[in-house]
Amino acid sequence: MNLILYFIRKLTETEVWKSVFRHGYTDTSRNRALQTISNVWLHLHPVKVPKHAVKIRFTWCLGGLTFFIFLFLTVTGVLLMFYYVPDVNRAYADMIDLMYVVPLGRLLRTSHRWAGHAMVITVCFHMLRVFLTGSYKAPRQFNWVLGVLLLVLTFLLSFTGYLLPWDQLGYWAIMVGTNMGAATPVMGYQGPFAELLGVKINNDIRFALLGGTQIDAPSLLRAYVWHCIGIPIIAGALMILHFWRVRKDGGISGPL
Amino acid sequence: MSNHAEAQIANNKKTEKVFSWPNLVAKEFIAAILVTVVLLVYSYYVDAPLRELANPGEPENPAKAPWYFLGLQEILVYFDPWIAGVVVPSIIIMGLMAIPYIDVNPKGNGGYCFWDRRFAVTVFLFGFIFWYLLIIVGTYMRGPFWAFFWPWETWSFDFPTPPPLISLPNWLGIFALLIYFGFGMLVPAVAFWKFAKQLGFIRYNITMGLFLLMMGVLVKIALRLMFNIKYILQTPWFNI
Ligand code: HEM
Repeated sequence: MNLILYFIRKLTETEVWKSVFRHGYTDTSRNRALQTISNVWLHLHPVKVPKHAVKIRFTWCLGGLTFFIFLFLTVTGVLLMFYYVPDVNRAYADMIDLMYVVPLGRLLRTSHRWAGHAMVITVCFHMLRVFLTGSYKAPRQFNWVLGVLLLVLTFLLSFTGYLLPWDQLGYWAIMVGTNMGAATPVMGYQGPFAELLGVKINNDIRFALLGGTQIDAPSLLRAYVWHCIGIPIIAGALMILHFWRVRKDGGISGPL
Repeated sequence: MSNHAEAQIANNKKTEKVFSWPNLVAKEFIAAILVTVVLLVYSYYVDAPLRELANPGEPENPAKAPWYFLGLQEILVYFDPWIAGVVVPSIIIMGLMAIPYIDVNPKGNGGYCFWDRRFAVTVFLFGFIFWYLLIIVGTYMRGPFWAFFWPWETWSFDFPTPPPLISLPNWLGIFALLIYFGFGMLVPAVAFWKFAKQLGFIRYNITMGLFLLMMGVLVKIALRLMFNIKYILQTPWFNI
């Protein structure tokens, strides 16, 4: 026993160890503060937070959970990308492979799917909590606006993922969704005032979404690129802003 | 940094504080683990759906959008697609973004409270619940050809033919819209004069406009269900 402790002490005194972990672990205020600010992952947090803010029943952890589920989706999503090819001749077969052949593939695909639904739910309830605690009021108005954008992006993330399995469910759901796009006033070929700009089936907003006049190979590729690259980057950037603003607007809201 | 932020920070100095490590981080950690476990266990027992290979020649009936858009698909029954699919979601998004700027009531910032913000909380909760009710109807109560079925009924193709729909003559439609929006804007301004004055002219109009539009969706649904009204107003370019 003493030997082990001796080794641990020696180890933590080495130059290598100290170059990685820059603070001790004795329970002092200084170390607790350093624990937060000298750690790149934890320094999103302030060193100290108001006591009411750590009550579960204030935030219900909802914003944090939304972010965590986003990270979960990123990890499982990247793993799925190893097995999935966005090609109409392969996509569905890749799904079947994931379900029956790839080790843990079924769990990977299923948990990615349910986590996507979970994120939509948590983001809606995060919004509800922020509303009910009046946390959008000055000085946090703009962070609420950023939040609304994140809400929309969360829907779009989930929606673009829906087509990827290339099964009947996704195909016809995307049909319903993009047909609504065709009804956009002025910019959709079935919408009011489409004639004004000479908008037709092959140059309207639906055409831009699908990369064609019907859902086909280009649509699958577009959905894939938006789902795996475009929207995550935009949403990620907005999340950075969102968290930054939580801090800059005076920390989490609380009773005045 | 705005005055508000400074005031807030000064205020925070007075509030009791605790170290994030471990008070906050530990809770986050536990929450993250719990969510991961729940997700994995649920995924282990309940498979993600995967239907047959996509087939453009064989439409699903009913074809449903993902559940979070089913509220919009549901109001497609009552409105033309450009309203249900484009105008309504756009107004919802813009309306949500406008909330912090039209709600000038300083009370209830940073804690749950109902009484001091009755109007705001009631309207928001109403909208939130309305959205989810529509989703529930769209998810569980719509069968082939988007016909209505109770969740315990089995879907069939011989549902009763819906009654023929009628549209209001245009003069009546315009009259009804003028009454609805005219009185909707004026009456509260008089009845709740203090509230309107507190908001100011522009905020009042935006707030009531958004409110009337939201209630308008409900009114149109009611008109359809009770009187089989198809359109309130018809023009060569669009119908409402
Ligand atoms: C991807 C989506 C989102 C993520 C990851 C996210 C994350 C977070 C986190 C971690 C916090 C800290 C407090 C908490 O956990 O509740 C927060 C606060 C906040 N969020 Fe979000 N959020 C998202 C979407 C939204 C939406 C949709 C809204 C509103 C429309 C919103 C508005 C706010 C506001 C105003 C605050 C400050 C609350 C306060 O100070 O009490 N966020 N968000």
